[in-house]
Amino acid sequence: MIRPLTLPLLLLGLASVLSMMLSVGIGSVALSPSEVLAVFVGQSPDMHQTLVLELRLPRTLAAFATGGLLAVAGALMQVLLRNPLADPYVLGLSGGAAVGALFAMLAGFGGFLISGSAFAGALLSTLMVFGLAHGTGSWTPTRLLLTGVVVAAGWGAVITLMLAISPARELPGMLYWLMGDVSYARTPWPGLLLLLLVCLALVPLGRGLNVLARGPLQAAALGVSVRPLEWLVYILASLLTAAAVTMAGSIGFVGLVVPHMLRLVLGNDQRLILPASAFAGGTLLVLADALARVVIAPEQLPVGVITALLGVPTFLYLLYRSR
Amino acid sequence: MNAFRRPLMSHLNTRDLVIDIPDRPDAYPLGLTIEPGQVWGVLGPNGAGKTTLLHTLAGLRDARRGSVCLDVQPLTTLPRRQLSQQLGLVFQDRQDGFPATVLETALIGRHPWLSPWQMESADDVAMAERSLEALDVLHLKDRLVSTLSGGERQRVAIATLMTQAPHTWLLDEPTNHLDLHHQVAVMKLLTERAKAGNAIFMCLHDLNLAALWCDNILLMFPDGEACWGPADRMLVPNALERLYNQDLETVEVDGAPFFVPKRS
Repeated sequence: MIRPLTLPLLLLGLASVLSMMLSVGIGSVALSPSEVLAVFVGQSPDMHQTLVLELRLPRTLAAFATGGLLAVAGALMQVLLRNPLADPYVLGLSGGAAVGALFAMLAGFGGFLISGSAFAGALLSTLMVFGLAHGTGSWTPTRLLLTGVVVAAGWGAVITLMLAISPARELPGMLYWLMGDVSYARTPWPGLLLLLLVCLALVPLGRGLNVLARGPLQAAALGVSVRPLEWLVYILASLLTAAAVTMAGSIGFVGLVVPHMLRLVLGNDQRLILPASAFAGGTLLVLADALARVVIAPEQLPVGVITALLGVPTFLYLLYRSR
Repeated sequence: MNAFRRPLMSHLNTRDLVIDIPDRPDAYPLGLTIEPGQVWGVLGPNGAGKTTLLHTLAGLRDARRGSVCLDVQPLTTLPRRQLSQQLGLVFQDRQDGFPATVLETALIGRHPWLSPWQMESADDVAMAERSLEALDVLHLKDRLVSTLSGGERQRVAIATLMTQAPHTWLLDEPTNHLDLHHQVAVMKLLTERAKAGNAIFMCLHDLNLAALWCDNILLMFPDGEACWGPADRMLVPNALERLYNQDLETVEVDGAPFFVPKRS
């Protein structure tokens, strides 16, 4: 808690920039870092300009925003549920979003309507879980967690049903959405803006969250207004996750693995973990997306497959090493 | 700024307070006044409502009837943060969700005193270290709390309250898990704080610690009855035998009564 906060954040910020440089340089036409820099100062061939500014940069920024949103949402959920293994989807949010998106695809809607429907599904699921867990007025982390897990299982059944009755030509698109794919992102700006705003809003809440992580009674005894703070965290985390899912489908493991890895390395001060999650989650997804584009080029893999394949062994290794 | 020696004096008092234990008839209403400089001991068998009383006094639970006031202001009308500058509580059981070091844990006590934008200053760290020193756990400051023994954790919890530096200290069995030496050290520390002007109010299970260190006693009987007053008037064999439903032998050691349970 008294460790200097700036050095790790500077390093992570630097890593973010480097990963983005790499990501815009990589692909069917490879660009060297100096060629990428030339694009940004406006001294390069038109083809490079178009390639970077109109195709690769928006996608890279969308990947960064998605990863950052998911990781911050995961870090918040972990504090709210006082469980270091909670993730942003633990409350059934991605299931609701997926049902919304698949429904829009089945109905033959395109682009914007798929995103809108996913967002509506995510919010519906959030309200449902919260309402049910609230019940007679006493929601505990365990109850919230159980309600979320059961609702998620329910969504899972609906998703399977929808896949089973869908026409074959719709299936690939649906599966890509379910595994998460940044190429669905239409524009990175709302996501990036939301990420920035939430990170700023969390600065004054950081120490309160540290206290809240010690349990609600202890937090109340130390002057934290527990219920309003828990509500705020819940709403913020849901909003972040809904935004991420809407942008790029349900990408797994970023929200679980990134904050947890950071906690193992940097400790448990939320004032450091939350912004660090934004940078590290963004960087991870930018790199994973770059990999997804080149592994079987010219075909692309859904980025969710890459995050899972990279995330699972890394996470298990860290867990194994940390006793 | 030395928060250990604030002149702020406020005393906690209750008016016709009936604590709320679900499915239990009303207990005898309590009219306690906990003055600066006093050391209170609360005695009673398991399940008599000692912890519920402490939580009610700390404003963490609603009372069934009556009120708890800080001076003349009801706790329910005080902002939480302001309340936690006046009143602190050591819980009987603690949960640790995320790993934290001993120093980080003690520093949490500064939360009520810092604005949302402030980081802990060197003064705050020094204060936390002084508290850890007073509880003889400073050498553990970089250890994770989860790796400590029960008694060490208990002392870290008391150090956290000391770092919080409220005027009124509520403690739920502060000598739990402590070895004999540290039991005495903690009781000494608490009476020193009382001499410096703090008010101490704690639940205890050890009659003899209460007899040695407390000047006021509250007895909570299993049937909901209660009585309170100066220690020498409360700690009489008849009352204590009824309190615990246990026959006692009383001996005198250095002028203080010493209670020993009879074998049969």
